[in-house]
Amino acid sequence: MQDALRLQVDWHSGGIEGAAQLAAVVNAVLAVGAGLARHVLVYRTVTESSAQGSGGRSGIGMDGGGGGGGGAPRFGGPLQWSLPFRAYSAANWLAMNCHRHMHEFGTTPEQLAQIALNGRRNAARNPKAVYREPMTLDDYFAARVITTPFRLFDCDAPVDGSTAVIVSAAEHARAVDHPVARVEAVGTALRGRPSWDQWDDMTTMSARDAGAMVWERTDLTPADVDIAELYDGFSFLTMTWLEALGFCGKGESGPFIEGGGRIALDGELPLNTHGGQLSAGRLHGFGFIHEAVLQLRGEAGDRQVGGPNAPGRAPEVAAVANGGGPIAGAMILTKEDGR
Amino acid sequence: MSVPFRVQPALDDENRFFWLSGEDGCLRFARCGDCGEWLHPPLPRCPACGGRDINPEAVSGRGQVWSYTVNHHSWDGSTEPYTIGLVELDEQQGLRLTTNLVGCAPDEVHIGMRVRVTFEQQGIVWFPLFEPDPDVTDPEGGS
Ligand SMILES: [Zn+2]
Repeated sequence: MQDALRLQVDWHSGGIEGAAQLAAVVNAVLAVGAGLARHVLVYRTVTESSAQGSGGRSGIGMDGGGGGGGGAPRFGGPLQWSLPFRAYSAANWLAMNCHRHMHEFGTTPEQLAQIALNGRRNAARNPKAVYREPMTLDDYFAARVITTPFRLFDCDAPVDGSTAVIVSAAEHARAVDHPVARVEAVGTALRGRPSWDQWDDMTTMSARDAGAMVWERTDLTPADVDIAELYDGFSFLTMTWLEALGFCGKGESGPFIEGGGRIALDGELPLNTHGGQLSAGRLHGFGFIHEAVLQLRGEAGDRQVGGPNAPGRAPEVAAVANGGGPIAGAMILTKEDGR
Repeated sequence: MSVPFRVQPALDDENRFFWLSGEDGCLRFARCGDCGEWLHPPLPRCPACGGRDINPEAVSGRGQVWSYTVNHHSWDGSTEPYTIGLVELDEQQGLRLTTNLVGCAPDEVHIGMRVRVTFEQQGIVWFPLFEPDPDVTDPEGGS
């Protein structure tokens, strides 16, 4: 990017370590706060649809994937503890978290389905979403099982896409003629082992820590949040975020989303208002930040909370969350008027 | 039952004991000689006490199903559903192993089920899998 645009930058950052996908935005906030930069362009580009379209995802079996030059592929590092047992995908790993949640708290498949159904309802009002046709509970259950209890529509949709956000110094808000999203607080904590199977509490995973920390850094409370844009790489992650951010108690996300009314566009906590990654497409976390900014700026079109299709108050406080397995990041954004 | 395709671990000085351990029928984890903490994955230094006296030690091979998933998607060419399990060993709270649950149908598996280790040899590697513990009468059934 720096080369393509021939940018002369005072600061740059890349890489995958940190508080999930939000780490890049948090790094930008820190750079601006430290005076290293005044405006930071943060972007994420994914090409997963093309990658799978051209011959499909390469197999992990004998005839492909993994490297190793002849015979079965060999893995060291963390993957050696899952791949040999044919637990190939985060779908497998997270399905076990979801099962444990169902075991401990009585969460039902019908409750889990509400995350996918809510996303699809909202995606119908998002012209950029990939899945916009209506989906019923029957449709959801008719889809094939990937790995119990996850069905096809519990898994997000690969897309090609790019998302950019610009992080600027706070005083810049007075220089623009539109509302801006102010970064009120970030949650970047990691207080357990960053591991799918060794994390202490499988029903929370790392969302617990990032979610707790974000409220340690603001006077706002969960009751002040008008919209929630919470990562749904798999449906169950959104449930862990609802609990981690205190919108409901630990283990209570199932009853909280029961029936879907509370999290609908016109409900008390509109959730994943663009359709989430399950229906809008997997922009790998950045779609949630983008959507929160659109909503706070009043630019979300047919799906605008407080607009004709979702009468009520225009949102002023948004919760954003990314990741949630072994790493997680959360953010509270507030609306601030321009000049 | 035919032997399924398995990705092989890349053996090194830290993990070799684990993957070869089943040769004598025992499952082993790294353990701190100073404080007794079991470490998984293996580490050269104990995160509980800082001790460096870390050595492989056999466990009972018994534990409970902490969670599981029945996989239906074909990731590796096979279309037969199979059960991935997360087993917590009796030796220490939180000492868990991702594994496969064998010797029972996928719909017989349940969380809390008592299991014991069994090994599947492929080449020099002994993969630790788990099966229903025959010495335990399971109150929750199964069959
Ligand atoms: Zn120790």
